[in-house]
Amino acid sequence: MPEIKVVGLRKQYGKVIALNGIDLTIYDDEYLSIVGPSGCGKTTLIKSIAGVVQPDEGYVLINNKNVTTLPIEDRGIGYVFQEIALFPHMNVYDNVSYGLMIRGVSPIERDRPVEEMLHMMNLEDYVSLYPKELSGGARQKTAISRALTSGSTLLLLDEPLGALDLKVRTVLRYELRRLVKDLGLTAIHVTHDQEEALSVSDRIIVMKAGRIVEVGPPKELYMKPKELFTAKFLGEANFITGEILEIDNTDLLIDVNKFKIKTKCDLTPPLRKKEACVLAIRPELIDLNRNPQKENSFRCDVVEANFVGDSIRYTVKTENDISLLVKTPIIGEEKNLAIGDEAYVSLPVVNLLIFRVPDEGLEKALSLE
Amino acid sequence: MPTLRLLNVTKRFDNVKALDGVTFDVKDREYVCILGSTGSGKTTLLRTIAGIIKPDEGEIFIDSRNVNKTLAEDRNTVYVPQTYALFPHMTVLENVAFGPLAKDNSKVNAEQTAMNVLRLVRLDKRIDAYPNELSGGMQQRVALARGLASGAKLLLLDEPLGALDVRLRLELRVQLRRLAKESGFTVIHVTHDQEEAMTIGDRILVLRKGRLQQYGTPYHVYNRPEKIFVANFVGNTNFLEAIVESRSREGSTLTLREGLKIRVLDSSFEPEEAVIVALREEKISVTPEPRGDEPNRLSGEIIEVHFLGSHVRYVIRLTNGDEVAARVAIKEARNELNHGDWVSISFDPMNSHIYEYPMLGLQSELEAS
Repeated sequence: MPEIKVVGLRKQYGKVIALNGIDLTIYDDEYLSIVGPSGCGKTTLIKSIAGVVQPDEGYVLINNKNVTTLPIEDRGIGYVFQEIALFPHMNVYDNVSYGLMIRGVSPIERDRPVEEMLHMMNLEDYVSLYPKELSGGARQKTAISRALTSGSTLLLLDEPLGALDLKVRTVLRYELRRLVKDLGLTAIHVTHDQEEALSVSDRIIVMKAGRIVEVGPPKELYMKPKELFTAKFLGEANFITGEILEIDNTDLLIDVNKFKIKTKCDLTPPLRKKEACVLAIRPELIDLNRNPQKENSFRCDVVEANFVGDSIRYTVKTENDISLLVKTPIIGEEKNLAIGDEAYVSLPVVNLLIFRVPDEGLEKALSLE
Repeated sequence: MPTLRLLNVTKRFDNVKALDGVTFDVKDREYVCILGSTGSGKTTLLRTIAGIIKPDEGEIFIDSRNVNKTLAEDRNTVYVPQTYALFPHMTVLENVAFGPLAKDNSKVNAEQTAMNVLRLVRLDKRIDAYPNELSGGMQQRVALARGLASGAKLLLLDEPLGALDVRLRLELRVQLRRLAKESGFTVIHVTHDQEEAMTIGDRILVLRKGRLQQYGTPYHVYNRPEKIFVANFVGNTNFLEAIVESRSREGSTLTLREGLKIRVLDSSFEPEEAVIVALREEKISVTPEPRGDEPNRLSGEIIEVHFLGSHVRYVIRLTNGDEVAARVAIKEARNELNHGDWVSISFDPMNSHIYEYPMLGLQSELEAS
């Protein structure tokens, strides 16, 4: 239910600036994820909202109330982190009802909310088990239940699935979102797993070096990122630099190592002739065939082919020496392209992203530090 | 030119069989990934090969020589554990050069070897740092480099990329394989990440509760999973309960709950037999117009939409109440389908597998431990 505002948040550890002026609103009922490379400040940000870290500057408002100096227990939040901290000597039921107990709720009145929560999390069969008897997934579900039974409507999740096996993690992330939506909670979820962020969030924040790079709904950030770093960090992308040869309204012709690539551009201010630019394209949005294609089609050699189950990852090299990563679905063992094959890549105009060359330079803009 | 063979290797801890009759062989210069979840016995298996754990039963051969009685240090293998044990008082370079130096190399040669592998793991700029000045991921890379530089040709790697940032992990796994191939290593690489195993392994060994489930090329394991567990653990799969209605030389007709019919190629089960049908999420097509239920074209309602970046995942509730997830490549998912839409799902009979209905029910087969 709560709405959170973060205003001008700064935090420094020695010489390292962990948060460098963060302004952010998290809306009522929103599921928001924070992603970014190690050291980008995402954990410091969620800890500041939780009240575990005291910011040097700025404010945290929960429902328009300034909570910046309130300790964690007075903020009305549920906080779940990666290292599962259940009481080892208590069974699942007692762990989950702990929050109500310390608030002085009588045993009889505890039963209903605890049972509802256990039902919701499919933990009914585990009530009398102790933490060490549970799988990693069940343990983390117990921790989440415990965080929520105390009645908090703001759930802060700091890598809540990080310690689990991949398979369990994938199942649990959908359950987590369903829970948050069913209970009408506001959730802030820090993760290093970008697929997790894409699949559960209403909005994602991409952070780098203590700042917010971009905020938006998953699909928008993935398909139409405004920043180069977003394209780099969320999913995979090929980056190619070029120079504008011709402009006709939004139609562009770009020179890339003597190849001519057509694309469209709606950047403001518009790009100019002879200006350098960066093209980006997702590996799964490149077409790779044995025959030439219609749009931006170039002959290439297959230099690497990796089977990854539902798809094959190819590295191809064009005649003008551009290396591209391409991901295609499996056709059949025989028909798939193999290393050494000649083929054609095509970069469809609708799938091409175009960026201005950043002031700091391309390499720096894409760097994870 | 190391080869490896395990015959019926069993290891008990207390009364639990951590390894249960494991038999497999590894060819010279082969890259084998051992894939399993937490508690599957994969680390025990690796440590048994390394000679750190003595098996209760069975034989281990390295280069056709029984090494059951050979000490770990005389097996000519390098074991790189998940928890890196670096010398704290030595720099990165000294740590990595330690092995080559001990093998009567001159200091110059040893440092040359060390530098080569340090470049590979991207630590050539941190050679003078001490372990405690490095992040966990960097320390793991030093440990890996030390293993690579040691001169032994049989490498035993326990989650070598586990502590790394996703980005770096993706990059390093390709390089690790390349290096192993170029330097002629035979590698056993333990991981719980199925995509990592498929990208990097010549063959994959799937382990569950100490037992070998399947051993084969990534393509084989993915496309011909021999057990329900493998079909679930490797890739993303739907499982539906069905009864065989009829069979012919061309395949079988199965009845799902509430009388829905599907056709599959497998005809190895008798009519009336209860079976489980496995359908890969990415092999199911979704079309907007429901046309009623006919074999392999079933209608249903979209109850969840998950944006995954390169794919969109739809969870569809069929008219019989069964839920099926379909993973559609973003290229094909342009015409957007939403929560609540009625759609048709269809699949090629070729792309399904059927299994005998498990004695203890489906759930017991899916659980990793």
